[in-house]
Amino acid sequence: MHWLARQVLRLAVVLLCVTLLTYLIVNILPGDVAIVILGSLATPQDIAGLRADLGLDRPMLVRYFDWLGSALSGDLGRSYRNGEPVAQAIADRLPVSLQLMVMAQIIALGIAVPAALLSVRRPGGLFDRMSASAAFGFLATPNFMLGIVLIYLFSVTLDLLPATGFTPMSESLWGNFESMILPSLTLGLIEWTVLMRVLRSDLLTTLKEDFILLARAKGLPPWRVLLLHALRPSSFTLITVLGLNIGGLIGGAVIVEQIFALPGVGRLLLGGIFNRDLILVQGTVSFIAAGFVLINFLVDMLYAVLDPRVRYVRFRS
Amino acid sequence: MSGAVSGGPLLSVRDARVGFGTVRGLLRAVDGVSFDLQAGRTLGVVGESGSGKSVLVRSLIGLVGGGSGAVVGGQVLLEGQDLRGLSAAGLREVLGRDIGIVFQDPMTSLNPVMKIGRQIGEGLQLNRGLDGAAAARRAVELLAEVGIPEPERRAVQYPHELSGGMRQRVAIAIAIACEPKLLIADEPTTALDVTVQRQILDLLQREQRQRGMAMILITHDLGVAAGRADDIMVMYAGRAVEMATTREIFRGPRMPYTEALLRSLPRLSDVAHTRLSAIPGRPPDLARRGMGCAFAPRCTYRSDRCETEEPALTRDGARGFACFNPLAAGSRVVA
Repeated sequence: MHWLARQVLRLAVVLLCVTLLTYLIVNILPGDVAIVILGSLATPQDIAGLRADLGLDRPMLVRYFDWLGSALSGDLGRSYRNGEPVAQAIADRLPVSLQLMVMAQIIALGIAVPAALLSVRRPGGLFDRMSASAAFGFLATPNFMLGIVLIYLFSVTLDLLPATGFTPMSESLWGNFESMILPSLTLGLIEWTVLMRVLRSDLLTTLKEDFILLARAKGLPPWRVLLLHALRPSSFTLITVLGLNIGGLIGGAVIVEQIFALPGVGRLLLGGIFNRDLILVQGTVSFIAAGFVLINFLVDMLYAVLDPRVRYVRFRS
Repeated sequence: MSGAVSGGPLLSVRDARVGFGTVRGLLRAVDGVSFDLQAGRTLGVVGESGSGKSVLVRSLIGLVGGGSGAVVGGQVLLEGQDLRGLSAAGLREVLGRDIGIVFQDPMTSLNPVMKIGRQIGEGLQLNRGLDGAAAARRAVELLAEVGIPEPERRAVQYPHELSGGMRQRVAIAIAIACEPKLLIADEPTTALDVTVQRQILDLLQREQRQRGMAMILITHDLGVAAGRADDIMVMYAGRAVEMATTREIFRGPRMPYTEALLRSLPRLSDVAHTRLSAIPGRPPDLARRGMGCAFAPRCTYRSDRCETEEPALTRDGARGFACFNPLAAGSRVVA
């Protein structure tokens, strides 16, 4: 378990760096929350008074460690604008963002894995070339544009799905699903491309291995060779990219939540930036960063699940 | 010839050809090889690396071709059934049921992320219709049979937890699991420690005799084939250049290449530090074959005719050789 201890320590150091860096960046952003709150007609005395009330007159590092101390106990401070606890604001919006990202990943994997498996049946064949073209096409499309095209297609023209807005699960399960389809598609249709290319390339390498030849010599049909023998040893890069892509997915979610008017963490963050609500931005970005680092930590653990050789090296006493 | 009738050969290969299209033209990796293999006998296929021996054998069972751009020709009859004429599914059935294969390197020929027992049982479930539990039990029995201690424990381990020799034993267990009629061993000991090479060869021979399988033993080492093969086919540059019983080959080769191979074997009777005889030159570039005998540039017996004309495999009773200037029958090689 030595390996695990090292990983946890590294996790802590990374999180410390990320939060500090966020604090620095957020604080050198131009603009002043006091002006935003009081309006441009406020007197300098009023502004100074509000800054003192909010604690903004203290040195930045002091404020950081103050914030870090409370953050460790789960208190991310209160919004400068409306006094709402930041942790509560995130917790309220997190399910929406999580649902969006999970659905997007399911869509992405649901397209990428079958597409990769079908392409390697005949590399350079019609399906391979068509899926490669499609992948590069989607990859080159910005997600805000894809979102608008999807709205035009499925909401405006076909009138099948709602264009914007969000229905909570508690209200209607189907309504919730409907409101999430287009946003998830917008993210997933771009995400699958990289996953497919990576998996395809690893599959082609694996298919040249002797154990694939042996599997064929056992008389296994091609689909069985692919699914049972080639897929698992080919999935390591896919898993890595899946973890790293979470970052891009979060960035995409910020935009997609805006387009489809979903009350997620991304929209919370954007609102915070527009309002110079630094404590809200700090809390949200730190939370997202922690999530990203944690997910990649879990991905790292996943290698051991997939590959017995990794398990062997890591956990041998 | 009525192959299906008992007494006919188990495997009959006629004019097998494998070509690969390359930027420099067609590379003829296997160029018109024919041989018969009787049930229960062992054929040693001997040649340097690149002589086409592995490609030949893999092409016989359809493991070369498809996506690799290989052009495969000739006729392959297994018990009178033409394997080349079978559908993909039909060939898979024959492969799973009648043919077992052991590859060179057990480090790469076993699936690294699948438990050993499952890798053995998989073929049994598919080809012999065993259910999961029965296949698992049979896998343990097979592990015991190929000499793996604690087979129950080993069956649930992964290949990386075993040594190279043990892994090759597992590969043999996989190959014999479905009681094949033909076992192909493609340089089964080349990747192994010298100390375990003999054990693996003994194991192969024992299984072959007990089960009455025919075996094709591919090796670059005449010494390996010596005690194990009934017949030997020597390959050079994609062609069979000499074919005879092992006894005859060691008594007196007719083809100069075979003689050179024999001379390059170390002998126990040699004085210590005796320099091994090496064959001068290197094997020919298969994409740039000249008109003459492929071995001529390296041959000490060559004549003008060797440079312009390719010798065909001449049959002399059961043995055959492809040479214009064969060594006299019964000329013993003494290095």
